[in-house]
Amino acid sequence: MRATVLVRPKDGILDPQGDAVRGSLQKLGFDVGRIRVGRVVDIELAAGDSAFAREQVERMCSELLANPLIESVEIRLDVE
Amino acid sequence: MGRPVVAVVVFPGSNDDRDAAWALGALGADIQFVWHEDDELPETTGAVVLPGGFSYGDYLRCGAIASVAPAMDAVRRFAGSGGPVLGICNGFQILCEARLLPGALRPNRQLEFVCRDTTVRVENADTLFTRRCETGQELLLPVKHGEGAWHADEGQLVQLAARGQIVLRYADDVNGSLGRVAGVVNEAGNVLGLMPHPEHAVDSLLGSADGGLLLAALVDAAAEHVLAAA
Repeated sequence: MRATVLVRPKDGILDPQGDAVRGSLQKLGFDVGRIRVGRVVDIELAAGDSAFAREQVERMCSELLANPLIESVEIRLDVE
Repeated sequence: MGRPVVAVVVFPGSNDDRDAAWALGALGADIQFVWHEDDELPETTGAVVLPGGFSYGDYLRCGAIASVAPAMDAVRRFAGSGGPVLGICNGFQILCEARLLPGALRPNRQLEFVCRDTTVRVENADTLFTRRCETGQELLLPVKHGEGAWHADEGQLVQLAARGQIVLRYADDVNGSLGRVAGVVNEAGNVLGLMPHPEHAVDSLLGSADGGLLLAALVDAAAEHVLAAA
């Protein structure tokens, strides 16, 4: 089983990286609005049970992968 | 009694550990380096310093990976027993990630690494770390960081300030830090994190000796903790 974790800066959190990317895209002539830059974590899991896998990945997020004060997470499970 | 032991935790990527050791040694501490894989502090530890640097290459988020290193279990127990802990720069980031301090540190608003002297105002001189200062005193301390913008929600900032936990603020806006916060102490008063570097400001020949006020107070606190534990 594979999990994909999308980590984003929460709404209202200053994201200067997103602002810099927007500035560059605008210089290239693209008409873009707000841009937020986050990160993707792909995880291979030994677990076969998807409820257990989700619970594991949720714990990974709260213990290490994201900081809940400033980041939101979205978990996608992909059963192979 | 002899010189109090201050443990300086060394992570892969720490780079101010030796400066911290030198400064604290000059102020009367006996320095013991603790490797990040060690899960215990020296028995005689009177205070802990988490030094500046780029632990684990700042992977994931600054301080995130260090916050779950074995040495941090020992630091957590030490802090839980009332031991004084000082986190400088990356050490502050680690303490926030370890939830030993409130808030989080985000990339500087200007997206630039800031490396310069800053004026920092002591907001609360009634802490273990600032008791050699006066409330309102301005300290000249250098900063050098890319991710030093402290963030919390506004309500939390008001609450922390009311409780005296906002210990240091920049005199001007250095990095987009909420409320110009430069240093925060925990509710129990024994864990302080700050972005500026007191260990680089302990000799007026190098521009400022104001950092010595904070570090000497830490050495005092280390001696007191050793006595209290004995």
